[in-house]
Amino acid sequence: MPSRRARAAFRERSGDRVGLLATIVTLSLLMSSTAGGQAVPTIPNEKYTLPNGLEVILHEDRSVPVVAVNTWYKVGSGDEQRGRTGFAHLFEHVMFMGSENVPVGKFDQWLEAAGANNNGSTNGDRTNYYEWMPSNALPLALWLDADRMGRLLPTMDLPKLDLQRDVVKNERRQSYDNVPYGRASETITAVLFPAGHPYAHSTIGSMDDLSAASLDDVKNFFRAYYAPNNATLSIVGDFDRDSVKKLVQLYFGGIPRGPALPPRPSVTSQAVPRDTFLVLEDKVQLPRLYYAWRTVKAFHDDDAALDLVAYVLAGDKNSRLYKRLVYDMQVAQDVSAFQSSQRVDGSFRITVTPKPGHTPAEMAKLVNEEIDKLLRDGVTERELARAQNTTRAQFLDQLASVLGKADQLNFYNYFVGTPDYVRQDAARYDKVTAADLKRVAAAYLAKPRVTLTVVPEGKRDLMVTGVVQ
Amino acid sequence: MMRGTRLRVWGPLLGLSIVSACSQAGTSAATNATAAPSPAPSAVDLTKPPTLGAPKGLTLPAVVTRELPNGLTLMIVEQHELPLADFALVVRSGGETDELGKLGTATLATSLLKEGTTTRSSLQIADQEAFLGVSVFAGSGWDATTVQLHTPTSQLDSALALFADVALRPAFPTTELERLRKTRLTSLLQVKDRAPEMANRAYAAIVYGSAAYGRPLTGDEPSTNAIQQADVRRFYDTYFRPNNATLLVVGDVRPDDIERRVRALFGSWERRALPTTSYGQPAAAKGTTIFVVDKPGAAQSSFRIGGVGVPRSTEDYFPLMVMNTVLGGSFTSRLNNNLRETKGYTYGASSGFAMRRAPGPFTASAEVVAAKTDSALIEFMKELRAIRDTVPAEELEKAKRYLQLQLPGRFETTGGIAGQLSQLVTYDVPLSFYNSYTQNIAAVTQADVQRVARKYIDTDRLAIVIVGDRKSIEPILKATGVGPVTIVDITGKPVM
Repeated sequence: MPSRRARAAFRERSGDRVGLLATIVTLSLLMSSTAGGQAVPTIPNEKYTLPNGLEVILHEDRSVPVVAVNTWYKVGSGDEQRGRTGFAHLFEHVMFMGSENVPVGKFDQWLEAAGANNNGSTNGDRTNYYEWMPSNALPLALWLDADRMGRLLPTMDLPKLDLQRDVVKNERRQSYDNVPYGRASETITAVLFPAGHPYAHSTIGSMDDLSAASLDDVKNFFRAYYAPNNATLSIVGDFDRDSVKKLVQLYFGGIPRGPALPPRPSVTSQAVPRDTFLVLEDKVQLPRLYYAWRTVKAFHDDDAALDLVAYVLAGDKNSRLYKRLVYDMQVAQDVSAFQSSQRVDGSFRITVTPKPGHTPAEMAKLVNEEIDKLLRDGVTERELARAQNTTRAQFLDQLASVLGKADQLNFYNYFVGTPDYVRQDAARYDKVTAADLKRVAAAYLAKPRVTLTVVPEGKRDLMVTGVVQ
Repeated sequence: MMRGTRLRVWGPLLGLSIVSACSQAGTSAATNATAAPSPAPSAVDLTKPPTLGAPKGLTLPAVVTRELPNGLTLMIVEQHELPLADFALVVRSGGETDELGKLGTATLATSLLKEGTTTRSSLQIADQEAFLGVSVFAGSGWDATTVQLHTPTSQLDSALALFADVALRPAFPTTELERLRKTRLTSLLQVKDRAPEMANRAYAAIVYGSAAYGRPLTGDEPSTNAIQQADVRRFYDTYFRPNNATLLVVGDVRPDDIERRVRALFGSWERRALPTTSYGQPAAAKGTTIFVVDKPGAAQSSFRIGGVGVPRSTEDYFPLMVMNTVLGGSFTSRLNNNLRETKGYTYGASSGFAMRRAPGPFTASAEVVAAKTDSALIEFMKELRAIRDTVPAEELEKAKRYLQLQLPGRFETTGGIAGQLSQLVTYDVPLSFYNSYTQNIAAVTQADVQRVARKYIDTDRLAIVIVGDRKSIEPILKATGVGPVTIVDITGKPVM
């Protein structure tokens, strides 16, 4: 998902380091054991709403003197107008260019001088903004976030937009255009979802649409979506709850409620009507085969089972596709499978890169054999256990930092209306059975799909053009 | 729906007591504000940023250090909030030990640790890992190789047995070696797809020549074809020795219990004297030269600019940290502010000193839109020259506060801590390093910053590597007059 800045760009560079991602362990987590021995915590929190509609979620974690502020606005690239793809994300960039009381550049300079870092990201459904910092800097982050929520437009001008337009075009080049296979995903979604579907276009958008965005677009978008009644503010870490509530009231309480929000897109998920075959030439050494099916939205009854199907197919070395194509036969360099589910729809994708001397058509045949086997025979208890046990372990790991927890609280609040939902989320995976996997595989993977072959320039003859049996 | 990749989890923390951050920290950048952290509403001017209270000190739990008779150092940090434990075996040798002609041996040997032991096959190791819900990782870089385990304590017995087996009894099966060789040769072919990776390889080769840090950690095609089972075994047998390793343990554990388990599992690991490692001598830097690697049709040009920097043991560590933060070490640094936030030429520009056992490279880098390749180079040169002048006091203070006040955040997560601790262990930095970190940053002056900038950033002797569309960028780069333009391949060799 496009972000305001590359996430690893400013890592400190003293030598090359071992894995840095991680977990904060807190005193306030309450534990519950599950069958597998791995425990999933709850995250006690207080949620309330200001009179102007701003939702606030507070979770105290005093283990280390750091705090995170994480704001979700309920708008994403799925809400964009025709001819303005990429606008929600471009707007996200503009939000860091200063506001009525924050001159250009000061948003970042003041935060850095207080030892804080910040970023934002946009996807099809929502836009988030976050800061993480030593706990004494919390008032500064809240004040800055309130100023841009309430008073972005008085100092908004075309140079701010033009500058970030150039930055975002470079983000597109760096993350999509100048990356091997970088345009595959937007090529697939344009066909997998019908025209006008919120996920039919990429969040980064097209160069032409980025060029077309105007200052009026910025103003209209802000007025339509950037109101307190369309936002949730999550604060996690080392703070005193009463003081923070007063600060939130002080800084955000005076921001007026916005007008009625535009209706958000809604769709009925259904399979693509027929098998569709695409080819894309790219500057790559090796071709790559993509399969994509439409499936279900986030938290649908079949969502968790589809995640586990993806694991059984390509989640570890013993998974069906990895073991056969990569490990045993050594005809593929890599394989992946995942269920991607968002607010109103979802898709299931399988990606395989053949090794030199092998073709996408060979990959297609092997993948189809494994899908057929799954549909016919289902999975073993051991396969299910590997998928469930590994998935369960990930739930604790997601609650790593105060920043991760703040985003997690917003995530669950957005999707299910309850910030503290991690234990229930984990339980969805625990109760999936082998029969469920067989059933959802049949329900979704036996349906028509989109097949994309990315080929080296001039090698269109490598395109997979039919369902290979 | 899965969110994010699987995180490797680590535990907090070190036996370091971080007392009071800097005294000037409480001012933040907003010096003329009126609000206090818990202000009375009527007294507040909402048009001004709030004044911040003083930052809190941070006290961290102790590191218990034990040494086994065979020379293995054990460092344990207790953290009992969750029933998890993390282990990291840090071996203080990595890719710098590779022999010419066999480049990539260390990383290949390390990858093979998980591909079979004397009692477990590759698939059995993977099956156990997934079934237990634990993760085992083995990776090799410069100066160090690490084997890690993340596990719930309920699985500690099985997980530790698996971890010790992988670390101590690898079998290096030839079938697995051949499989990884094939995979690696394919990866090397795919390097040509990625301009940033091409730039990294060419830059290292040009700055270091045949000295250790000039070689690719994952080798090249001839070296990958040349490596035999005996080579990976020799790397392992030579360097995987208890007297060359530290085992870090963080989590819901008791030191005595861990020591007992570790003695049982690692006690019979045999010590052996280690050979000395030669890092070689990088060729002396020549006059500033632009090296272009052709990537026809590239939408962006990948910049890598700099030269040989400093070792981790440098006495100029703190002035360099501050200087680099001003230059390219944070979002508001000069390079990013100029090339991204003012000119819009890139999604991000940065710089850094890779401090290793021998002097690692100083590198300024960015991915720049092809049409602005010449303009971006001119701005890079402007900033690399300007940092040699006195840095204004306010800018210096912002950089110092940024470094000082971020400290608690670096100890927030178990992974952050493990990363810090393993750096200290790899480079023989005492555990007390962070006790004086804040004061050492505070002591850096404008004169110190200018001195190290002039000492380590020589704008007359820069290696400038740019990977991009030669046809369009060569003429405009020549026109900048920054230096002669040479066309090279990704090994740094001139192309006719």
